[in-house]
Amino acid sequence: MATTDLRPAARAGRSGGAARPVPAVTTARRRVRPARVAVNLVLLVISLLFVLPLVWMVFASVSSTASFELNLPSPPTLDNFHAILNTETTFRPLLNGLLLCGGATLLCVVVSILAAYPLSRYRSRLRRPFLYTVLFSTGLPITAVMIPVYSMFVQVELIDSMAATTLFLAASALPIGIWLMKNFMDGVPIVLEEAARIDGANAMQSLARVVLPLMWPGVTVVTVFTFISMWGNFFVPFVLLLSPEKLPASVSVFTFLSAHDQTQYGQLAAFSLVYTLPVVMLYLLLTRKLGGGFALGGALKG
Amino acid sequence: MESAAASAAAPVRPSGGRAGQSLLRGLPLLPSLLLLAVFLAGPILYCVYDAFTDAQLTGAAETHFVGLDNFTRAFGDPDFLNALWLTLVFVVGSAVVGQNTLGLSLAVMAEKATRPVRSLVNGVVIAAWVLPEVVAGYLMYAFFYQQGSLNDVLGMLGLPRQNWLYTLPILAVCLANVWRGTAFSMMVYSAALNEVPRELVEAAEMDGAGVWHRLWHVTLPVIRRSIMTNLMLITLQTLSVFGLIYAMTRGGPGNKSQTLPVFMYQQAFQNSLIGYGTAIALVLLVVGALFSVVYLKLLKVEED
Repeated sequence: MATTDLRPAARAGRSGGAARPVPAVTTARRRVRPARVAVNLVLLVISLLFVLPLVWMVFASVSSTASFELNLPSPPTLDNFHAILNTETTFRPLLNGLLLCGGATLLCVVVSILAAYPLSRYRSRLRRPFLYTVLFSTGLPITAVMIPVYSMFVQVELIDSMAATTLFLAASALPIGIWLMKNFMDGVPIVLEEAARIDGANAMQSLARVVLPLMWPGVTVVTVFTFISMWGNFFVPFVLLLSPEKLPASVSVFTFLSAHDQTQYGQLAAFSLVYTLPVVMLYLLLTRKLGGGFALGGALKG
Repeated sequence: MESAAASAAAPVRPSGGRAGQSLLRGLPLLPSLLLLAVFLAGPILYCVYDAFTDAQLTGAAETHFVGLDNFTRAFGDPDFLNALWLTLVFVVGSAVVGQNTLGLSLAVMAEKATRPVRSLVNGVVIAAWVLPEVVAGYLMYAFFYQQGSLNDVLGMLGLPRQNWLYTLPILAVCLANVWRGTAFSMMVYSAALNEVPRELVEAAEMDGAGVWHRLWHVTLPVIRRSIMTNLMLITLQTLSVFGLIYAMTRGGPGNKSQTLPVFMYQQAFQNSLIGYGTAIALVLLVVGALFSVVYLKLLKVEED
């Protein structure tokens, strides 16, 4: 509050007599500071509400008497982590998740780059219908497709197959992948390819040597976001995989409570933390290098 | 004008056999076509077929065509109608009102805030978004639990504690989805606000327009397209939320938070009524498809 009192004097000193006819501007400026304080306060309160659940996870993970209550762990202990860091509980589900989501992401990204090239570079009668179909399928709720997919997989005996689940995950992320990739590729001017074409490069060569290097940030954004959404996807592996030793962390965290002692909230929190860490780190890395979500938000503007 | 645009976009090389060439050009589309046909179009067609049968999880050989039975059954089933209603509440409450409004407010406020506060709010909101679905579900369960953090906050403010998950489970899952999904809207709107021409806002300010006036008459009309796109996308995302609700309440207590995806799952896998479950899935697909068509109309793939 003290600063508020000082400001008018300071401003009067600064502007001196030079700017006489500015009472309107001065009142507007004077209103800016309290407004900014208010905005900051509101944002801090919202941040607090948003962060509370995360605080519970951190506290509970290092507490020996964790419950769903929010309590300071006293004294903090690493016992929960010791208890869960073994092959059965943590390492195998994480590895399964890595195989499923990593494989599906790789497939999805490569296939959508290939698909985006003709969509971005050539005009054709089929281009628009295809783009419409892709865009249309980004809107279809994948959740609704899971029952028919299950029935189909049962009939062709692909249930409980990690390879088939990987293929399905890749296909489900493909529409949005193609769409984003095409948008990013449209940002690379076609003129730059002309030189390569004149030198005799074919389409795939100019895609690999000219276009891709220039849209690397876009490819990275799509890759990281595809991986993050798959890493958290619960329903697909929950329905398509059965054997406990094939389940990724997204499903095993769900079975955690029933499989273990009902009161092991601390272990649940510790496991959640370990399971969440890779995607958070991936996201932070992305934000550092490319502006993360901001880039995605921009690409989705339409 | 038109020919210039065409030659800029058109292939650099003079064309040989046109049909053969465009076939060759389309070749990179093949892998995606294959994947989409087998794993998306296939199941959807299968869904349309299955929804008209009495397929069950056990004894698959005895499947019969039953016409519209599954649908007449659904629309006469109070549980289905309840799920349909709750889905509507969930989508409108948590996406259209919750995520959209909060996301826009956060984006607008963040522009005015000091840098550290902006980073903080971005960080925590996005953290909730990056969390895996089921983890988010557990954290929200702990948050709304009777002895949980939310009631602690209410207690500190002198407000009565609520047994959220028991008395108002649909509100709890709505708020949980707001917590988890707001980041998306916030990012879309931050990107959009960034492109609002500064001169426009300043001109309005000169004319003496207040904060609300500027927002309503200048900023919002300029970012209209982003608003529509965002509304559509979050509606579609929220329509298929399953893991979050299932981890928090499993649709309960009773059926008080049983949205269509949860209801569908329970009918198909817990009651082994694949045919009935598929019919519900088809309803969900049709709702999604309708929204998707509106979304397409709004976006209009660039005219060419």
